[in-house]
Amino acid sequence: MPFIANTPAQQKQMLKEIGLSMDGLFADIPKEFLKKNFNLPAGMSEFEVRNCLASLAGKNYIDLTCFLGGGFYDHFIPAAVYSIISRSEFYTAYTPYQPEISQGTLQAIFEYQSLICRLTEMQAANASLYDGGTALYEAMMMALRITGRNKILVDDSVNPIYRVMIQSYTKNLSIDLEETKNNEGSINRKELLNKLDDNTAAIILQNPNFFGCVDDFTDIAAAAHEKGALLIVSCYPISLGILKTPGAMGADIVTGEGQSLGLTMSFGGPYLGFMATKKDYVRKMPGRIVGRTKDNKDRTGFVLTLQAREQHIRRDKATSNICSNEALCALTALVYMSLLGKEGLKQTAQLCADKASYAWQKLTSIKGVKPRFEAKWFFNEFVLDLPTNAAETAGKLIEKGFAAGFPLSRYYEGMENSLLIAVTEKRTRQQIGMLAESLEAVL
Amino acid sequence: MKLIFDKSVNGRKGVMPPASDVQTTVHIKKEFLRNSDAGLPELSELDVVRHFTELSRRNFGVDTNFYPLGSCTMKYNPKVAERIASYPGFAHLHPLMPQLRMGGMLTQGALEVLYDMDKFLCEITAMAGFTMQPMAGAHGELTGIMIMAAYHRDKGNKKTTVLIPDSAHGTNPASAAIAGYKVVSVPSDSRGVMDLKALKQTVNSETAGIMLTCPNTLGIFEPDIKEICRVIHSVDGLCYYDGANLNAIVGKARPGDFGFDIVHLNLHKTFATPHGSGGPGAGPVGVVEKLLDFLPVSLVVKRNDGTFALEYDKPKSIGYIAPFYGNFAIILRAYVYILMLGKEGLKRVAENAVLNANYIKEKLKDHYELPYPAVCKHECVFSASKQIETGIHAIDIAKGLIDRGFHPPTVYFPSIVKESIMIEPTETESKETLDTFIQTMIELAEIAKSEPQKLKDAPITTPVGRLDETAAAKNVDIAEV
Repeated sequence: MPFIANTPAQQKQMLKEIGLSMDGLFADIPKEFLKKNFNLPAGMSEFEVRNCLASLAGKNYIDLTCFLGGGFYDHFIPAAVYSIISRSEFYTAYTPYQPEISQGTLQAIFEYQSLICRLTEMQAANASLYDGGTALYEAMMMALRITGRNKILVDDSVNPIYRVMIQSYTKNLSIDLEETKNNEGSINRKELLNKLDDNTAAIILQNPNFFGCVDDFTDIAAAAHEKGALLIVSCYPISLGILKTPGAMGADIVTGEGQSLGLTMSFGGPYLGFMATKKDYVRKMPGRIVGRTKDNKDRTGFVLTLQAREQHIRRDKATSNICSNEALCALTALVYMSLLGKEGLKQTAQLCADKASYAWQKLTSIKGVKPRFEAKWFFNEFVLDLPTNAAETAGKLIEKGFAAGFPLSRYYEGMENSLLIAVTEKRTRQQIGMLAESLEAVL
Repeated sequence: MKLIFDKSVNGRKGVMPPASDVQTTVHIKKEFLRNSDAGLPELSELDVVRHFTELSRRNFGVDTNFYPLGSCTMKYNPKVAERIASYPGFAHLHPLMPQLRMGGMLTQGALEVLYDMDKFLCEITAMAGFTMQPMAGAHGELTGIMIMAAYHRDKGNKKTTVLIPDSAHGTNPASAAIAGYKVVSVPSDSRGVMDLKALKQTVNSETAGIMLTCPNTLGIFEPDIKEICRVIHSVDGLCYYDGANLNAIVGKARPGDFGFDIVHLNLHKTFATPHGSGGPGAGPVGVVEKLLDFLPVSLVVKRNDGTFALEYDKPKSIGYIAPFYGNFAIILRAYVYILMLGKEGLKRVAENAVLNANYIKEKLKDHYELPYPAVCKHECVFSASKQIETGIHAIDIAKGLIDRGFHPPTVYFPSIVKESIMIEPTETESKETLDTFIQTMIELAEIAKSEPQKLKDAPITTPVGRLDETAAAKNVDIAEV
């Protein structure tokens, strides 16, 4: 049998030594529950399983030129990222509960927390959460805990995938979750400020927002704080290579999806939810946190800290039920950011913006294709209104070799012809040109 | 060891992004830009590789050391699964692809993996359908309790409490509380299993359900499991199976047959996907027929023509608990593992996991207090209560093991055993490894008597010694900004 160490002879010997039979080991399970035959296939050799899975992998179309985004992006990943995260001292280790033999993981998480703080200009970050959506949900719960209030405002320019997740999670809880409808691709400032009251725990916004538009929420942060509410901002980490940070805007809790920081798209996961906050709120933050301390000989070392918030101590009074992080994904992001460095991240962000801008020019010069929103600043993603149904047109472009973008009708009323197009540093001038040609041809 | 920031040199470059091939340079309005560059370190590629290689050498992993960490199932993670997860056809697949028109046809391979896994896990657990979305065990628990709540809402049941045994992992009560339930603890009896009498006194019309592991956290199979489920069902409660300990019965017996209605599995335990230093894992949730309508969306279905598609339109569903289809690359690794083992192999997993645990239990019972001496399943729980006489605690035994090249067992959990030492060897370890471990544990019991200070000083072979956790929690230093 694969992956089982002991030979039948050894098993026999061990059973003899402990005076039991194999059946005896399972005699405590009522006989009626012991199932003789499972309807599962027979085992396969490694050779067979690799052939089988290579054939399944081949049924997935990854050769389409990717202009799909929506919060999940096709960025370039340096080879060294994979080399480092493939070290099995990292990937076969458990949660670092025994700090003396987990300094590798613990220091890496400390460095990751530091980089998330530097990227977002916040003061404290946790060791990561499952993904950007659950991170946003956890931020919302954290705001409810901090303020003791009950109302949450969220603009519908926040990723709709995350908004439906938050709705699901809060179904059994008595939370007043109110959405405002975006104003021409920007947040609905007027309605948000109207709805902001003394019962509001937080306003949830996103930058760049789901439509790719860039904003500055400094005014919203100030208004929220005046009412004793918090500002939660979900953000796209690559954009922070150049964009104003949530920290500089005055945000209280910052979350986001870290997939763009060196993680493969892998059909939806595993991804990386990051979370950062102000120093005052550290003890209200969910998730693992690594802290720096000293050992018994005054040497610097790292440990999991503030565990008194966590489920294994507090049980039903814990800040969250989360008892893991996405450590290997956090390591991936740390390695990616370290390899790119200060200049590299800035250049990557600028390239994304430049190429998106080039694509915008090319595509909007096609007859009948219009930008959905007038004169908006965008980062690397924008919405176009096509003269035809966007889903149908995108379908035709698949045949031309493009995953041309995400049709918005699934999530937004009145946007049947709208296509959300993302451009990363990987897209070339030639690919953008060909997309424009192909779009013109299918219209 | 220096932090990566301390190795940074102004102007040094690592990996360069591609050169620009468009003339455009966008000048986004200044008020939307950051004031100063993000303080990322400036290093060469070699600097980075060396830094992390050095860090990696400060870790114990399954590949470097025996890791008998109770309740964590630290088995070997097959390399072939890593290889397959990196196949471009899986790794570079955008998750929104199936949402394009006819896009499902572009992702048939991935959907087939998800569909097959659903069927495999249903057969393994006797459930009727699975969601692959939960991204960890705790996430699975929350999903399961949300399904429980949806069921009661749908039936108009007024339910307020979830029952949880006192031996349970802390995540169970936390998950139930976060889903909006009040938690009621049920005591264990002298055998270390659920006190049936106490359960019957606790159950009432307010009971939404119960959360249980079986075998329980002491590694003991609940003898009254059928009756427990019957009692819960008698008030229209639901029975939730925490799959943390499935390795004990995989391929042998199925929670659905015991009477459970909702099951979560930890693919990173039973199905050998790597723990990744604390994640990512995957915690799929299965349910019986009457709960199928409440599963999260989307679900993979097989059409009459043999192709696979995603189904979103399920009005009673609890909705979206993950952005897409769960931690796909983890599910894929577990799929590879199940394919390789097959039905015969899975059965051998449980048998050898249980044999290894009982072997350790028998060999150490004269040296450490064994509070519940019954035949155990995949793990055994000792207590360091004998050692306390010389001032040695479970933690000291743990640190002594570190100096001798072993990852310690789980200590101080389950909390119903004082000074607990919880050992789970898993089936992938050999008799030779177990014998060396047993020998070492016996030596440590001797040292605890003869030279206790030696254990108090341990570990001494590691880059750092025992760390001041109290100071860490008091003077919060969690980032270098």
